[in-house]
Amino acid sequence: MIPGSFDYLRPTTIGEAVSALAESGEDAKVLAGGQSLMPLLRLRLALPEVLVDLDHVAELREIRDTGDSVFIGAMATHHQVIKDPLVRAHAPLIAQATATVADPAVRHRGTLGGSLAHADPAGDLPAVILALDGVLIAQSAHGPREIPAADFFEDYLTSALEPAELLLGVRIPKLGTGWGFHYEKFHRTAQAWAIVGVACGVRRANGAIEECRVALTNMGPAPVRAHEVERALLGRVATQNAFKAAAAHAAEGTAPTGDLHGSAEYREHLARVLTARALTTAAGI
Amino acid sequence: MTEVGTARKRSEDARLITGNTQWTDNIQLPGMLYVAFLRSPYAHARIVNVDTSAALDRPGVVAVFSGADLAGEQGGLPCAWVVTPDMVLPDHPPIAVTEVRYSGEPVACVVARDRYAAADALEAIDVDYEPLPPVLDMQAALAEGADLVHSDKGTNKSYTWVFANGDLDAAFLDAAVVIEREYVQQRLIPSAMEPRSVVCQPFGDQMTVWSSTQIPHILRVMLASVTGVPEQNLRVIAPDVGGGFGSKLQVYGEEVITLILARKLGKPVKWTESRSEGNQTVHHGRDQIQRLRLAADADGRIRGLNVDLLADMGAYLMLVTPGIPLLGAFMFPAIYKMDAYSFTCTGVFTTKMPTDAYRGAGRPEATFAIERLMDELAHELDLDPIEVRRRNWIKHDEFPYETVCGLTYDSGNYEAATEKALQLFEYDKLRAEQADRRERHDTVQLGIGVSTFTEMCGLAPSRVLGSLFYGAGGWEHSAVRMLPTGKVEVLTGSSAHGQGHETAWAQIASDALGVPFEDVRVLHGDTAISHKGLDTYGSRSLVVGGVALVGACVKVVDKARVVAAHLLEADASDLTFENGRFSVRGVPEQGMSIQEIAGATFAAHNLPDGIEPSLDSEATFDPENFSFPHGTHLCAAEVDTETGFVKIRKYVAVDDIGKVVNPLIVEGQVHGGLAQGISQALYEEAVYDVDGNLQTTTLADYLVPSASDLPTFTTDRTETPATTNPLGVKGVGEAGTIASTPAVVNAIVDALRPFGVSDVRMPCTPERVWRALQEGVAQ
Repeated sequence: MIPGSFDYLRPTTIGEAVSALAESGEDAKVLAGGQSLMPLLRLRLALPEVLVDLDHVAELREIRDTGDSVFIGAMATHHQVIKDPLVRAHAPLIAQATATVADPAVRHRGTLGGSLAHADPAGDLPAVILALDGVLIAQSAHGPREIPAADFFEDYLTSALEPAELLLGVRIPKLGTGWGFHYEKFHRTAQAWAIVGVACGVRRANGAIEECRVALTNMGPAPVRAHEVERALLGRVATQNAFKAAAAHAAEGTAPTGDLHGSAEYREHLARVLTARALTTAAGI
Repeated sequence: MTEVGTARKRSEDARLITGNTQWTDNIQLPGMLYVAFLRSPYAHARIVNVDTSAALDRPGVVAVFSGADLAGEQGGLPCAWVVTPDMVLPDHPPIAVTEVRYSGEPVACVVARDRYAAADALEAIDVDYEPLPPVLDMQAALAEGADLVHSDKGTNKSYTWVFANGDLDAAFLDAAVVIEREYVQQRLIPSAMEPRSVVCQPFGDQMTVWSSTQIPHILRVMLASVTGVPEQNLRVIAPDVGGGFGSKLQVYGEEVITLILARKLGKPVKWTESRSEGNQTVHHGRDQIQRLRLAADADGRIRGLNVDLLADMGAYLMLVTPGIPLLGAFMFPAIYKMDAYSFTCTGVFTTKMPTDAYRGAGRPEATFAIERLMDELAHELDLDPIEVRRRNWIKHDEFPYETVCGLTYDSGNYEAATEKALQLFEYDKLRAEQADRRERHDTVQLGIGVSTFTEMCGLAPSRVLGSLFYGAGGWEHSAVRMLPTGKVEVLTGSSAHGQGHETAWAQIASDALGVPFEDVRVLHGDTAISHKGLDTYGSRSLVVGGVALVGACVKVVDKARVVAAHLLEADASDLTFENGRFSVRGVPEQGMSIQEIAGATFAAHNLPDGIEPSLDSEATFDPENFSFPHGTHLCAAEVDTETGFVKIRKYVAVDDIGKVVNPLIVEGQVHGGLAQGISQALYEEAVYDVDGNLQTTTLADYLVPSASDLPTFTTDRTETPATTNPLGVKGVGEAGTIASTPAVVNAIVDALRPFGVSDVRMPCTPERVWRALQEGVAQ
């Protein structure tokens, strides 16, 4: 397919990018790695007047240690995230989940920020950031804004970003010791989107579960935190049966839709099965 | 060392893999215009009005035409296979004029100075449609009072074709076992890597057409007859073509229109489809409902088989649409002996994209049905699926064997292929593991699927094709040009679109002529160069075209021998020919190379009387029979009973394709074939919604596997040469696709038998497998 016509801007600094967005407003789309936006343009499902390409804004690619958290720049590619020692040390769930995204070609161009801003409920990374209580940092002409992941993903392909706001990156709190993580992705082929995905972390002390995070991919118009599952596990001894029992709550509060790859009912079933598996793997039992 | 049998890397691969070559869309010509097609958003509608005026005002637009604008000159798309005298054959305008009958059917086109302008202007065309009811279900389409796809025809039935041999009633009477099943062959979209593309360049009264096609020769004949460009003024070139799988065995409306526009506007015109345009409007494959009845004795011996097919034609009959299911008609009995067989096929019109050839074309459907039935029969009688096959198959010492369909299988050794496959597979060990997992109620169950397939390929004897009312013959052509420097050009009428002809044909010529492999250039795909041929489909290239090349080489050597005898002043019968050199028997130092003879015939200074200059030759080959590759494929599948996910744990393919020219190319064909057959079992399905809109327009919705989704294949061969051609070859292009689909589904069903599951509809998606388990357990 052939995109409609648009103007093309290629800023080299965050300041230039923010001004470009301030001038173009709702008519603009931000181009990060292009792995989601380009198909939408080619299918003419998106018809922006202006495309603001962030490819040359080098400072947006930085990943840095900020003390009690790790900051991942919005333009860090998936490949960069997977390989980054800070991410692997302090947010291994992100590295593991990112390695399941599509294929090497996509992972070399696609970016974490693009994937979060796109807010596709079938994307793997929104649920991961939600599970890790990430904080998204946005910048507009009026200054910076911090948005907790729980408030960021609003609806299908809709985030809390304002049209003139640029996503700078995401801050991931360091979680300390005793945690085990896992992202369980269920899809029909390696390159396909998740039918359902489960991002989870479990912290154990003296055999009992002290803290636990579970977030679900593609179980509604936005990623869902499975709070009922988390609550059911607090203080429990980590056993397969305990995880299974808790996972029975996984579909509560979700609103999956059906498509060619799975009905809503099947997704709910999968959420329960996969949550139990993800927790078991995360806990290493 | 001989070239034939050597696993050479393909010499064409470097340019094909890097894309540094002439794909049709790479062609840029001065002044070239671009055409884009506006396509129907309705499955079925009357075209009330098409207003193109606003589109004409768009920047860069040169011309805009509706179907009505071109009605006088666009002709109709051809169907070359009228399978019965009373077959209903509707008109098929390249651009719809009064009615659209599938979503994606062209209703208008824009010609512009660049492809962006053309695409933009499509939005400015205003079409007034009056929606008509879609016709989507074959069974409903045949019911009394059904909505009609072609109202003037009074029926949605195109034809009913019947074949019967033996006394079927007697076979079913008192049969100890009767198996009755209905299987659905889902609709598939051939997904060639290179999209369709066509460029037409007018030059005086001549027209050159580049097209990403499998069939430059047939296309030339058909374009001449549809457009009225005299055949001698029309040159068709299939440059490097990136796959087809049957989808480019077609004469497409876009090809016809691009030519007409180039002629009308006097400028080169290009059209290249997008992937989603292609998913909608490349002809689709399969799409049958198979109603099957099999009668057998208590010991598992088959008595008779009854096959009743409904085959979805889609909205129109394209090049060989109606004949595709009939290519399977003779393949349902497969490798098995039986007394009676009856086959009925009804072709049905629906408001969907027409179907036509897709890798295997009729034979995968037949093989699936019989191989699923054999597993059902084994289960019914509590026999091992291998054993029930063994009791029924044609034994090695019974060849040649005339089947219940009247085909004569020249050769085969089902025992040897099966034995080898069982050993490689470690069949007994996997059966033991299966029993253990069942015992333990393991979440992941193991299933073993068997497919002992054969196919008829190497299309084909012209006489047989004629008797089936096919519109062309089945011979193939080749020519050899011995160049003055002793180098060689080989021409073949069978045009490669990924098969590796340039390597395999050079290997054959190298051996036959005694020249180095590197000295041979293979030319194909241009009707002005390889001027005769019937192109590439049905695993025919080597079996028919390769044999034609052998014939052409023999003629070169025969003539060279006469010249050599003259120049060496020896009797021709005293000359030996080895490694490209003629020498006088007993006096090996007295001789000449074939290259020297090529030079001598070019100079023509000293030729025997009556011998013309040049060592060129040409030959055709028309086989006396089809070839019958066969093999035994075994699949072990792990089925996750909680999620329904299927993972192929092990896949063994032992194929008997006769003699092999290049084992590496064979390996590639088998791997690709397996991927496509497995993909039908697990992944692919073209889905239309209730309104008749295709939902699987992108590769995100229409799943095709990548290497990471497939197991490491274990492939091996047995070699029972074909007796019907001098190379002893049988063809390998479709074998993997034909064999693998039932092997996979048999494995899945085998895994789930303890849960009361006896079938899972393809593609066996995780949800379908999971639901089959729920329903099986509930019963």
